[in-house]
Amino acid sequence: MSLLITGARLADGTVTDLYLNDGVLADPASAPVGVERFDADGLLAIPGLVDLHTHLRQPGREDAETVDSGTDAAARGGFTCVHAMANTSPVTDTAEAAEYVHALGEREGHCQVQVVGAVTKGLAGEELAELGMMADSKAKVRVFSDDGKCVSDSLLMRRALTYVKAFDGMVAQHSQDPRLAGPTACCHESEWSGRLGLPGWPSQAESVIVARDVELAALTDSRVHVCHVSTAESVEIIRWAKKRGVKVTAEATPHHLLLDTPLVASYDTTFKVNPPLRTSEHLEAVREALADGTIDIVGTDHAPHARQDKDHPFDIALPGMLGLEQALAVVIEVMINTGRMDWPTLVQRMSSTPARLGQVPGQGRPLAIGEPANLVLVDPTARASVDAAASKSRSRNNPYHGRDLPDPVVATYWRGRLTYSR
Amino acid sequence: MRHLLGCADLSATDAIAILDLAEEMQQVQSRPVKKLPALRGRTIVNIFFEDSTRTRTSFEIAGKWLSADTINVSAKGSSVSKGESLRDTMLTLDAMGVDCFVIRHPSSGAAAQVASWVRAQVVNAGDGQHEHPTQALLDAYTMRKHFRSLGNDGFAGKKIAIVGDLLHSRVVRSNVLLQNLLGGEVVLVAPPTLLPTGVENWGCQVTSDFDSVLPEADIVMMLRVQRERMAGGYFPTEREYTAGYGLTEERLRALKPGAGICHPGPMNRGVEISSAAADAANSLVLEQVASGVAIRMSVLYHLLGSDEGAMR
Amino acid sequence: MADPATDTPSPQFSRVVADESEVARALTRMAHELLEANHGAENLVLLGIPTRGVPLARRLAALIEKVEGRPVRQGELDITMYRDDLRANPTRNPGRTAIPGSIDDSVVVLVDDVLYSGRTIGAAFDALRDLGRPRAVRLAVLVDRGHRELPIAADTVGRTIQAADDERVAVQLAELDGTDAITITRTGKES
Repeated sequence: MSLLITGARLADGTVTDLYLNDGVLADPASAPVGVERFDADGLLAIPGLVDLHTHLRQPGREDAETVDSGTDAAARGGFTCVHAMANTSPVTDTAEAAEYVHALGEREGHCQVQVVGAVTKGLAGEELAELGMMADSKAKVRVFSDDGKCVSDSLLMRRALTYVKAFDGMVAQHSQDPRLAGPTACCHESEWSGRLGLPGWPSQAESVIVARDVELAALTDSRVHVCHVSTAESVEIIRWAKKRGVKVTAEATPHHLLLDTPLVASYDTTFKVNPPLRTSEHLEAVREALADGTIDIVGTDHAPHARQDKDHPFDIALPGMLGLEQALAVVIEVMINTGRMDWPTLVQRMSSTPARLGQVPGQGRPLAIGEPANLVLVDPTARASVDAAASKSRSRNNPYHGRDLPDPVVATYWRGRLTYSR
Repeated sequence: MRHLLGCADLSATDAIAILDLAEEMQQVQSRPVKKLPALRGRTIVNIFFEDSTRTRTSFEIAGKWLSADTINVSAKGSSVSKGESLRDTMLTLDAMGVDCFVIRHPSSGAAAQVASWVRAQVVNAGDGQHEHPTQALLDAYTMRKHFRSLGNDGFAGKKIAIVGDLLHSRVVRSNVLLQNLLGGEVVLVAPPTLLPTGVENWGCQVTSDFDSVLPEADIVMMLRVQRERMAGGYFPTEREYTAGYGLTEERLRALKPGAGICHPGPMNRGVEISSAAADAANSLVLEQVASGVAIRMSVLYHLLGSDEGAMR
Repeated sequence: MADPATDTPSPQFSRVVADESEVARALTRMAHELLEANHGAENLVLLGIPTRGVPLARRLAALIEKVEGRPVRQGELDITMYRDDLRANPTRNPGRTAIPGSIDDSVVVLVDDVLYSGRTIGAAFDALRDLGRPRAVRLAVLVDRGHRELPIAADTVGRTIQAADDERVAVQLAELDGTDAITITRTGKES
């Protein structure tokens, strides 16, 4: 497929033509007369977004999401690469399981699917999974995570961090002290949890693990990545650790940037998520950290759930919310439209840095001649009311339903192929 | 008022109207025919996902004395274990033409969720650690009667001490919200481990010094403390709990004359309340139980007496 | 049952058909008629139906006491819960029911201000049935305005008024309204 996109503005403000030919960006001057053209006047062209934190639910819960539907939602959100988390059924804790998901991605993906391997067998937090074999498999796993569960055993976490150095892997931690925030904890511990009678999830249940993990990263001189940072305390610890030169990186989710604790007052389980929605002072700290780079990337933690897993009492319903389709919208709303962040920084946080952390070749690259044609056309001013029913996801647990938000994604191209168009 | 999900939904006018009507309803209990036709043809389903003989029975009697058809459904441990969601369980019953659900559930917020799903009206008979509005109403009814027997009316200036496991208590949340409407001054007494987060913003005094409260309290309401809290590290031993927060014989003597003793039950005699206190002349424990039916009749009438379901 | 909040007639459309002295005379006559029919005050229990039946019952009891020289039992009978239109209206907070002792084998006199459709009295029969078994039930109303919907007739009537459907007949009593009067108000709509 060949396409000449004319008059697009890049993140740095320059206006240019982009010639997509054979999956790469070619010299626009070489475009033949009569080539298909797309007038991108007024639109922004940015590299395809990369998500380091996606739950695709396949294998095991195809009623909630599949590689097909999840990556369709990703393309709708401007993503050209997602990282499929390991908490499927069976768990992605062997080379075979990793290759299965990888193959599914190659066959059915509407974007690139990178496989995240489990840190421990069955996510049980007891023995290491076959990290090396997953790394050496066709899936070339580089990111390992028990996400959904915390690797809470300090010694096991130390071993994992040390072991992955052999293949330059990275451990992505779901930071939740299982004693301070047990299985019933479902509401940010605050006046809200007190009033609503919901078991509290104190912000320190996150930050004590973050503090321990940065110390272990220092001890092992290995790379640790903090998933879904949700508290001001975690931000402070990461800031301090980075200053010391610890190899720590961190991510923020769209929902922890925009949605706050009072939303759970209706006991609507759409707003149940782990870590929980925090209060405004935490949201402020996370936004500031994403702006100044203490938090390196946006990760969606896109967590589709079937209705029957949400239609339970609040403390029993499964935690998690959709994120892929509205991630860019939320970041524009919270970070760009408020002047906290400029477009080149957004591109780093949502494309180039996550691609680098995940070691994904061909993703997060600048829009330059010779680079892979992974890009999104963005209308930064369009807005719309979010409709959960219109989602490409198989699930409907969209926390932005009914909210007026930017509606930025005009078209997504992955390997030169149109994967979404408004 | 379409539902009664919590005292947070009530206005002062509503609360007083419910208490006043309960007085009329209590008279019905002394009649030869203990029945009023007000809710004839209405169907009330008491669905209890957690055992509570006392609350369920008093709702059942209340409904029957108002001539409603009341049906009890014991759903303890049902839905999740059978793989059915709470929503499906409730929609199934709702589809049978139920007018009102009286729901008890171990999870906070369950009553509010059900109210958002079903067509029927909903009364919260206790949801997790959140609210138990009819208990607070019957407590207030009992207290008001007690104050009147001492020759004064109303709650203004009255000190109501609520003592015990406040963290896990739905009774305390409802009582604080209701007393904020009625004008009583609530003093919360508990070990710091058993205080809810943010309690300092509830508009009441909070202390861990029970003895300092005794001489000034007009009511002491003792809440049940469950033994499993020890395993959770909330307090070391029953002995230590009783020493600090039990209404012992010594503390009973330190109360001011005429102070009423309440307990929503079931009591752990010898732990949070001594037998001397539970059976004292100024114990209102049995009055509380006796008020339960009248309060629930009043609540059911207010919600279901009219097709418009509106009191205001 | 009249509603105190809405019964105060607006002067420009109302006319007074009985004033304080006429109301007093009517009540005195009613008291005598009750005594005569009952052959004395023996076993009489006067039950006023809220709102305005209650002070009327009190007044009748006082008048009977004056004649007989000893008190007659009187109380209040609220019929809100027994109304056949309960569900069709916004929830009303019921009035008081106060029965002076047992009504078994007594002669209950129901007292109300205006007898119209008869449905209030029909509900009162149901309410009485739950309270006991009187030997007889009589009905005393200050005004009978006709247009019955049930086979009910008063045993003693203060004043019979032929009022049209679009007219309201209202009783004012000093205890509640500051003055005694019977008024007719044209409402312009069929009530």
